[in-house]
Amino acid sequence: MQLPRPRGPLSEAVHARLECRPGELPPVDAEVDVLADDDLHLALWMLYELHYRGFDGCADLEWDPGTIAWRHELESRFESALRAVTTSYVEEALGMSDDVVDQVQHLVEAVDGPSLAAFLQREATREQVLEFLAVRSLYHLKESDPHSFVLPRIDGPAKAALAELLYDEYGAGRPERLHATLYGDALEAAGLDRRYGAYVDRVPGHTLAVNNVMSLLGLHRRLRGAAMGHLTAFEVTSSVPCRRIAAGIERVGLPDVTAAYFHEHVEADAVHEQVAMRDICAVLVQAEPDLRRDVLFGVAACLHLDVLSAKAQLAAWAAGDGVDRLAEKVAS
Amino acid sequence: MTDSWRALSLRDEEVRLTPCPGGPTLVRRADVVVDEDGTAHPVDRPVVAVCTCGKSQRKPWCDSTHKSVRRR
Repeated sequence: MQLPRPRGPLSEAVHARLECRPGELPPVDAEVDVLADDDLHLALWMLYELHYRGFDGCADLEWDPGTIAWRHELESRFESALRAVTTSYVEEALGMSDDVVDQVQHLVEAVDGPSLAAFLQREATREQVLEFLAVRSLYHLKESDPHSFVLPRIDGPAKAALAELLYDEYGAGRPERLHATLYGDALEAAGLDRRYGAYVDRVPGHTLAVNNVMSLLGLHRRLRGAAMGHLTAFEVTSSVPCRRIAAGIERVGLPDVTAAYFHEHVEADAVHEQVAMRDICAVLVQAEPDLRRDVLFGVAACLHLDVLSAKAQLAAWAAGDGVDRLAEKVAS
Repeated sequence: MTDSWRALSLRDEEVRLTPCPGGPTLVRRADVVVDEDGTAHPVDRPVVAVCTCGKSQRKPWCDSTHKSVRRR
């Protein structure tokens, strides 16, 4: 993958560093929206990407202390903002039950927002569905990779359950069934580019944040509980929306292969949500009671960023932004 | 409704059933789930969720429809 185009001083500085040009990370502007800023989240996304597939032609800076320090600077701002915005939800969930499953379900009801899936099902144009597929590719082409970092950091039955879930995500021994590969097939069938990271330049800050939170939680052993909470919220809010998205894809006349990815996830995630809630989170908290608050933090952080992203995406579509550019790109 | 299906192992493994309150039953180590009509459905995941509310559109598999059944 090529380095993305910078969007401001932070991503410009990271871009330069990854090309081994000298420079400093500028201070983060106090006015910046740390949960959605385009520049900040592109900078952070590039730094996290060093731990996944990396960039073509760049030096190996994955464990370079200076580069890690920059990442720490940005991600600690992100984590603080996430904790601040989710604390009241987490406290409320802790107060309403002692049962982890009840607490997770309470959060899923409490942190709610507009449904992107319902819009895609009933109203979206073909171009908007394509836009959605392209923007989502940033995650789905490395589906489950962020949560896999947690596997060596937990033990016993919770580890076995996470491995079981990941084995399913990774195709259960069949490379052609890797969920990331199914998504690539879905993109290709729709006439989109299936190469990893192909659409990063058009992914807005709020959706980069949705991606970055998974790396933040997955890459820190300290945050393993939150990572599993995040996984759970992701799975719990996937099955029913996937059915709607598949219906939207079929409604606008895109190929069956494109809808198939989402049909697969109706069933898969109906399983995964139960496994994640009960066999991973509840069992993990039983083994490590101190992780309870962080599990709920991860749940709330996932849900909150999803709500922000859905609101912003629907607002952008209502304003007529974005779609024309993609339509040109698909046509060319 | 809930007891009309069977999960079978063809390898003499002990099938493990985990009922989820208000939701499906998780089935592990099964090769086949036989539904209420006697039709056999191959199991191709390490763990599957079998519908117990009767409302799934993908029976015998859960499709999370129980959430709307329970709430509304």
